Amino acid sequence: MPQTRSFDPYTENGGTILAIAGQDFSVIAGDTRQSEGYSIQTRYAPKVFRLTDRAVLAVNGFAADGNMFVKKVKQRLEWYRHAHAKDMPLRAIARLIQTMLYAKRFFPYYVYNILGGIEEDGTGAVYSFDPVGSYEREACRAAGAAQSLVQPFLDNQIYFKNQVPAPGTTHPAYLSLPDVLSIVIDSFTSATERHIEVGDGLEIYIVFAKTRDLQDFETIRAKNVHLIQELTVAEDGERIFVLRRDLKKD
Amino acid sequence: MAAAATVYNPVGFDFSNQIRNNFLADRGIPLPKATSTGTTIVGCLFKDGIVLGADTRATEGEIVADKNCEKIHYITESIRCCGAGTAADTEFTTAMISSNMELHALSTGRKPRVVTAMTMLKQYLFRYQGHVGAALVLGGVDATGPHLFTIHPHGSTDKLPYVTMGSGSLAAMAVFEAQWKPSMTREEALDLVNAAISAGIFNDLGSGSNVDACVITATKTDMLRNFVKPNERVTKERTYGFRRGTTAFTKEEIRNLVVHEEIIGVRDDAMDVDGS
Amino acid sequence: MSIMEYNGGSVVAMVGKGCVAIASDLRLGNQALGISSNFQKIFPITDHIYLGLPGLATDVTTLKEQFRYRVNMYTIKEEREIEPEAFAHLVSSTLYERRFGPFFIEPVMAGLTKKPSGEYKPFIAASDLIGCLNFAKDFVVAGTASSKLFGVAEGLWEPGLEPEDLFETISQTLLNAVDRDAYSGWGAVVHVM
Repeated sequence: MPQTRSFDPYTENGGTILAIAGQDFSVIAGDTRQSEGYSIQTRYAPKVFRLTDRAVLAVNGFAADGNMFVKKVKQRLEWYRHAHAKDMPLRAIARLIQTMLYAKRFFPYYVYNILGGIEEDGTGAVYSFDPVGSYEREACRAAGAAQSLVQPFLDNQIYFKNQVPAPGTTHPAYLSLPDVLSIVIDSFTSATERHIEVGDGLEIYIVFAKTRDLQDFETIRAKNVHLIQELTVAEDGERIFVLRRDLKKD
Repeated sequence: MAAAATVYNPVGFDFSNQIRNNFLADRGIPLPKATSTGTTIVGCLFKDGIVLGADTRATEGEIVADKNCEKIHYITESIRCCGAGTAADTEFTTAMISSNMELHALSTGRKPRVVTAMTMLKQYLFRYQGHVGAALVLGGVDATGPHLFTIHPHGSTDKLPYVTMGSGSLAAMAVFEAQWKPSMTREEALDLVNAAISAGIFNDLGSGSNVDACVITATKTDMLRNFVKPNERVTKERTYGFRRGTTAFTKEEIRNLVVHEEIIGVRDDAMDVDGS
Repeated sequence: MSIMEYNGGSVVAMVGKGCVAIASDLRLGNQALGISSNFQKIFPITDHIYLGLPGLATDVTTLKEQFRYRVNMYTIKEEREIEPEAFAHLVSSTLYERRFGPFFIEPVMAGLTKKPSGEYKPFIAASDLIGCLNFAKDFVVAGTASSKLFGVAEGLWEPGLEPEDLFETISQTLLNAVDRDAYSGWGAVVHVM
């Protein structure tokens, strides 16, 4: 047998991301643990990134490819800004991501992307991608190590699947912000309990449409003052916040 | 297939599924993964005896199957054994040796010794050439004093003053190597074991949840189940109770276990026991 | 492709207030092809113990008969009904006997233990395919949809559910988990004790 040596260019860094679209807001979350095998590489490696005031990209899979891909997307957005004097609309960013991923169809970026934010018409949107660029707009999506744990829970709580509504009523088309945030946090605490690669910390990005009244958010903000940070850059446009929380570290 | 005519099966393992399973493996269908304990287990010698420690997480691949399993197994009153590796193997192997130790003690008329358990375990594991995936930390106090051993799945043993096994053994050993000293007090030893297991719990993904400890001295054995609980689940943000009637169903069958109940008074006259 | 996925199927059991529930799907498949939507995987062992057997269908049939035999022998010899915890250990030993040629089943048990006061205490247990028991206090899952079941159960379960509410919770757990699994589904059955 001839001796062969090989180099595997990919590795799995664990972690989980999720995004939920509301009527006029979008929530994109990811845990902050980066692992390899049974070891933790770091307890804080962000997986969710602000692209513009209205777009947030979460990347999960092979961290090196994820981080580089985000850099390249940000670069393309900067070029667009200079060429067109405006920010790229969300659905255009989604299509851009597809072409960037498919360009490396034969040596892919090993990342599962979830793009969340506010569409041009002011509605909340979530776009999910596979590693080679297949994408779709959805109301909610979980990806990563604990995808199989979180997605069915979301199906039940966001889409109300398998639930018969009370006679004479229908299920709401959209959920409120406090409900969505509770579901996101509980999804991650549950995933942390049962999946070894999930834990350490949680970062939740919330993007609000231009016209949205932030009353309900202010109550949440008041309760979690030291955990929330605003990342909005422009004036009187969409607004974007980060909520950081701890997760179990075992 | 065995167990056809009698409920008493012959001693040992039953290999009758081997042909079928080999056939399936050749067809590209591998054996499924059994529960492994991932695990951090430790043992350490102190002034008055032995302290054993273990985490409480059992994994099936990357999923946590049991958040609070018990990895410190009973061998005899003064001898305990921590188990890492394939959970079913550690469970049954330690149970078997525990049973044999009790019989041996009755046969010899003497208090059981740690070396006896060690020898039984190593000879059993060597016979199975590593296929019984049990990696054990055996410790106890007997008539000759306190002893601590580590036993590998292939049957090799080491006698040491402090040992660690499992996927978190490196994290735990780092703590031991830095802080172990001879003739520690009970408090110092428990703190050290807590630190070592915690190192495994927080730095190894295969270990987690709580710390179990067991202190064995010449006079008594203290089993400290869930000695430290650094990983309690936070209260959920919401409750997810459903309205009754949310789930649609096609058929409902109710079977009452108490079909008919009739209370009859017992006769008053005493039982006639003379025989006359 | 794993042998545990050959026929498909999943089971979940949960503890409630003074009650237990065990539920399974009804699918029997041959890899991707669905054959039956009426394949029983949960069997009553006694009035107070139910056993769920997800995994290879031929072993489901074999084991259910094996356990029926062994429990009958127990009843004859002990002159009393077997208790859930003893039955769990019986399951464990039966599986470990075949340590090096196992049955491709991961049993789930649900039952009510009789306490000396005459009260019944809820009991659940699960085992891996070679007999490692797991006595959980909240819920146990097994089968092709096990990771999905873990996720939903961890989110939905809370302690102290009354029987009607436990039914809703375990049903929603099972339905939503198997809907995301290609090898489970095609109907469901729930037993609440």
